[in-house]
Amino acid sequence: MTAILEFKQLSKAWFGVPAVSDFTLSIAAGALLGFIGQNGAGKSTLMNMVGGIVMPTSGDMIWRGQSFKPANPAEARKAGIGFIHQELNLFSNLSIAENLYIDGFPRKRGMIDWSGMNQRTASLLKRLALDVDPSLQVGRLSPGERQLVEIAKALHNEANLIIFDEPTTSLTPREVSRLFETIESLRKGATTIIYISHILGDVRKLSDQVVVMRDGRLVDSGMTADFSIKRMIGSMIGRELAGMYPPRSMPPGTETMLEIENLSQPGVIEAISLRAHKGEVVGLFGLLGAGRSELARIIFGIDPHSAGTITFNGKILKGGPRERIAQGMAFVTENRREEGLMLDQSIEENLALASIEKFGAAVTGMVDEGRLSQRAQQLSHELQLKAANIHLQSAKSLSGGNQQKVVIGKWKMNEPQLFILDEPTRGVDVGAKYEIYSLIDRMAASGGTVLLISSELEEVMGMADRIVVMNRGEVVGEVSRKDFDEAKILAMAFREV
Amino acid sequence: MATAQPKKTLTGRITEILLSDYFVLYLSVAYVAVLAPFIPTLLAPENFVNILSNTWPLLIVAIGQTFVLAIAGIDLSQGAVIGLTSVVGAMLIAVGGNPVVLGGAPLWGIFLTEQGGLLNGLTLAVPLGILMMVLTAALIGALNGYAVAVIGMPAFMTTLVTMLIIGALAIYLPLSYNIEQLPESFIKLGKGDLISLYFGAKGESQIPRKIIYSFITYPMVLSLSVAFFAHVLLNRTVFGRQVLAIGANRKAAEISGIPVRRIIILVFMISAVCAALASVLYSARLGSGRPTLGAGTFLLDIIGAAVIGGTSLFGGKAKIKWTFFGVIFFVLLSNSLNYMNLTAFQVDMVKGVVIAGAAFLDVWRTRLLRELT
Repeated sequence: MTAILEFKQLSKAWFGVPAVSDFTLSIAAGALLGFIGQNGAGKSTLMNMVGGIVMPTSGDMIWRGQSFKPANPAEARKAGIGFIHQELNLFSNLSIAENLYIDGFPRKRGMIDWSGMNQRTASLLKRLALDVDPSLQVGRLSPGERQLVEIAKALHNEANLIIFDEPTTSLTPREVSRLFETIESLRKGATTIIYISHILGDVRKLSDQVVVMRDGRLVDSGMTADFSIKRMIGSMIGRELAGMYPPRSMPPGTETMLEIENLSQPGVIEAISLRAHKGEVVGLFGLLGAGRSELARIIFGIDPHSAGTITFNGKILKGGPRERIAQGMAFVTENRREEGLMLDQSIEENLALASIEKFGAAVTGMVDEGRLSQRAQQLSHELQLKAANIHLQSAKSLSGGNQQKVVIGKWKMNEPQLFILDEPTRGVDVGAKYEIYSLIDRMAASGGTVLLISSELEEVMGMADRIVVMNRGEVVGEVSRKDFDEAKILAMAFREV
Repeated sequence: MATAQPKKTLTGRITEILLSDYFVLYLSVAYVAVLAPFIPTLLAPENFVNILSNTWPLLIVAIGQTFVLAIAGIDLSQGAVIGLTSVVGAMLIAVGGNPVVLGGAPLWGIFLTEQGGLLNGLTLAVPLGILMMVLTAALIGALNGYAVAVIGMPAFMTTLVTMLIIGALAIYLPLSYNIEQLPESFIKLGKGDLISLYFGAKGESQIPRKIIYSFITYPMVLSLSVAFFAHVLLNRTVFGRQVLAIGANRKAAEISGIPVRRIIILVFMISAVCAALASVLYSARLGSGRPTLGAGTFLLDIIGAAVIGGTSLFGGKAKIKWTFFGVIFFVLLSNSLNYMNLTAFQVDMVKGVVIAGAAFLDVWRTRLLRELT
């Protein structure tokens, strides 16, 4: 088989920090490649170079025998590369047909040829077994259907290679199996496919070859038949799983810190009861849409609840985030850029955000800059922030992992007793992940309670004393550390027990 | 430190000047230096006095606007608040009323009669009148703030509507007529000197009023006090930090426990109260309550001055110092254009071009800053 795409010592560095180094690989036409690696392993950067979003620092790409340097996504698209991002790039206010033809509407006598456009869209949708009207607004489709529209868009652009980046994260199991059928039929139609996913089982099921990346390098590849899940994980992390997480230094206590009883909010969560103790790390696991983040937001007083109580340190909680913070709670939200950081402000100002009132003089409200600066410096040291000058440097300039440490640090200024961490290691590199895990352990060891929300089961199993499993807004089960079992917890999350 | 200071390159120096807090001040000085040989009157003492007297009220209004810009808001109603509070103050403290002019106005008979305003005759009439102006503004500001913070209306729409209603109310109350006959103690606030300068020969028995130059005036004292207080408030206190945090990322501020709604309401109140204080100075200077004070392109001057100073329209980046220099630049610009024998239309065109130039410099600075941090 001939190679459709070759990478030759392709590298990309951000401000001197390598994201992809010396990547060499040849992809055969018609192959279905499973691409795996941890967050920050360089998969996205590599694919963004193929997709014309990022320019390589050095090295070459050969596309169908010719040197290939797409300057922008449009060029890559024209060359025949379809890129289906995790976050879909569709205009939800436009129709399906309009989305497909967005970069060039067909014309007839100077006017847009609507009927021709809709007809051709309909035939594409039929090929994908999506039975909807092409003139339907994309906003009214389910996430799975939108994904199919993205695929239709790639097919419309006559893509020879389609890259799927984590396509299943927002899909229901039924939508997932439909997507797999579609991918299967695309492969039969001789389309080359790169499938990126964290769900190793899916990769094993779908692909014929597996490529593993770590720290920007190709570390392992081969036929899928030779790749056990164990080998995948081993190659991805480069060490045994046991070494990924720091050992827990203290056993959990028995005194109750947080008690939730019958907490409900129609359409969001349903009769949730939960208890967390001092010194305990409670993992909240579930699939996307299980209601974990929603529960966290309700506990923190950001969103309302219609029934039930939240008791913290023996007191029933009332009011919004401000009151909860005063009681000793902290919340690291899942999207640090939108809800956690002031990207353009200095690191120090970010660290001071939640505790600024503690540094103000009683009557005048004047900020004690000296004390603030000293405390921020001390914290920056404690968090091992990789920053040159926390007073001048903006939060934006930090890497994902260090940004997350700033968000955690912002709360540590208040010395909270309950830490709610929602996906604390998302988009964080391996090294910083370990540091965040160590922080979690220290919080618990010092008598605090941690509520750890994560979509990565390994992470929850690695850090939690107890895992509470959620599905569609309800608690479906609870497992303590000694009974941790991946298959059992997953089955619970899928409600297959 | 023992280490030698590295020699600065020319580009390094330019970068430093561009990024300095005092950049707009340098720009103003450079502007005067270039123009002074061509327009000698620019540096004449009487013109200097003129420039200063135009600076003070504008500075107070622009300071209020700076707070709103800091939370990524905008207050279009400041001009209308100036007009309304001017009417409110005048109708309460006037020492007499003219029935021929104001007889048919809605406020006639209730607040203002031939015997003067409602407060006329009280010992504390002027301070009480000013207090009422401030309270009126505070109420309008609180309503603006409530609509933005609690109801969630965009600041632009909210204050546009306020501008319309308040501006119309200001004109409706006196039926667009000015309210004259204000007490002398009030008028003194706009013109009174605390310290005057005289550059003539000693021993003159009679100094003509023309060559005594006002140096320290009530408006100067008031506006510099407001500026100092605002500077401390915005840049040194917890409140100021929280204002900037809301402008930088409102969601993050909310989740971090900052009382976002309360602060937004307070910020709009500050903006309106500043407008009222400026209204005191303007009304006193004119010696009348004028409903159309602050109408027209005045709003552009306010926002223009703040933004040229370096305050960001996107929030989170604001300093009173910057606004101060922005106001000086603006006043200088208007003043110098008056000496160029240009028509009003030409003045506006030139003004527009200069503002565009300053805005361009600001974009350049922002880009530099982004590269450095």
